Amino acid sequence: MSVRDSFEERVEAVFRDEFGRVVASLARRFGDLDVAEDAAAEALVVALEKWRPPPEGEGIPPNPGGWLTTTAGNRAIDRIRRESRRDDKHREAAMIVDDEPHEPTGPVEDDRLRLIFTCCHPALAPEARVALTLRLLGGLTVAEIATAFLVPETTMAQRITRAKRKIAGAHIPYRVPEVADLPARLGGVLAVLFLVFNEGYWATSGEAPARRELTLEAIRLARVLRGLLPDEPEVAGLLALLLLTDARRAARFAGGELVPLGEQDRAGWDRDEIDEGHRLVRECLARARSTGVAPGRYQLLAAVNAVHTDAADARDTDWAQVAALYDQLVAVDPSPVVRLNRAVALAELDGPAVALAEVDRLAGPAMAGYHAWHATRADLLRRLGRTEQARAAYDAAIGCAGNPGERAWLLRRRDTLVKGS
Amino acid sequence: MPEYMLSVHHSADDPEEWTAEEMQLAFEQVDAFNARLKESGSWVFAGGLMPRETATTVDATGEAPVVTDGPFAESKEWLGGFWVIDVPDLDAALRWATEGSAACAGKVEVRPFQAE
Repeated sequence: MSVRDSFEERVEAVFRDEFGRVVASLARRFGDLDVAEDAAAEALVVALEKWRPPPEGEGIPPNPGGWLTTTAGNRAIDRIRRESRRDDKHREAAMIVDDEPHEPTGPVEDDRLRLIFTCCHPALAPEARVALTLRLLGGLTVAEIATAFLVPETTMAQRITRAKRKIAGAHIPYRVPEVADLPARLGGVLAVLFLVFNEGYWATSGEAPARRELTLEAIRLARVLRGLLPDEPEVAGLLALLLLTDARRAARFAGGELVPLGEQDRAGWDRDEIDEGHRLVRECLARARSTGVAPGRYQLLAAVNAVHTDAADARDTDWAQVAALYDQLVAVDPSPVVRLNRAVALAELDGPAVALAEVDRLAGPAMAGYHAWHATRADLLRRLGRTEQARAAYDAAIGCAGNPGERAWLLRRRDTLVKGS
Repeated sequence: MPEYMLSVHHSADDPEEWTAEEMQLAFEQVDAFNARLKESGSWVFAGGLMPRETATTVDATGEAPVVTDGPFAESKEWLGGFWVIDVPDLDAALRWATEGSAACAGKVEVRPFQAE
């Protein structure tokens, strides 16, 4: 049985790698996401039969992606032929002749790039963008996406169906946006990938503190995007940010409890990811210097993480550099969340009292339900010896922390405080 | 090409009456916007509606038609005017909606028409 399982696993792996390409190519050719998705799924069923090792089958073909695209294309034509007997004729005419070349003529012509801009269109609800991207480009099943976001499968299926209906009904285009719209629209795509990663890295609910399938998928899609848009510095920045964050995954939980950055065993960090992330950050810095274009938020966040992962020991962290990067980030994005992170660096540079004053200036409705604001305050108050206030802040942080690992850590911190006072 | 309705909605929560200058400015901006729309070939139809107090509702779903004074539903939002445009896709419609919203100083809802 194990041979058979490994065969199916291999086919699944090929399929996962090729799924986005197959769906994107069919979507361009047939102008219909349902047709594309169903045909790709049917091609997998055929592949599981035909790709069996001889004598049962013919083995995995040398160009499995091309094979899947051709097979899925034939399935789609069969389906449209059946339907077009009662449907409009012009679609039939359009689909018989595939007038666009299969080979991409340049990075912006890649079908997957068109598809990701369609999936992340601002006219779709944010949760639908995430679901569509994971389904159509990531090749995750509806059940897998539903599990990852802890919603019932029927809810996720409806969400995806409704989004696809809107794409068709409102004529959301299937192409790379015009140059004038590109920066804003690319920002939308990067935000979706970052959100997928963060939901995996900081699971906001459920039993598991992290969901690896989401972090891996976000990194994989960020790599695809980087391959498609190699000259977009923010794409490189996002990939670097994800790698440098992901590199710390093995050290960030111990016994289900969060281990903060400063206390992590740095020997457990993933050196390969760190090296790749550092290379990307250096590339971004060089490009910013030669073009004179100031780095965007993802490049700056990647640079912050490069500083952290550069220190062999937490005590070696160049906090002045971190604070300077957050100053730049505040200029790009003056949101309370960014200023809160800047305050954490200030605490190391100028002491907890200065940082606490800044954190308290951020108080307001946006921060009232934000666990990190309460947790940061709690830690600063503890360091200042204001035990009772620290305890109240820990209570507030525990009340709004959704991540089980973080909650466990906050509980222990608070209880240590009680014993120590 | 698909057609879209760009509709402008008024709300009971909108700020009080506009000044004559604000009104005049919006008229001029909308005129200029309409001219651009016609020039581009995307114009199908557009119009501003009289206040909703002028509305009459007709119900001929029953045995005898019933005519009532007033809008279809008493609500906090109502249609103030609209454009119908003919453009290649939603991105183009959203670009016109962005310009139209700025011109008339109101939010614009974009909805596709059913295909013929």
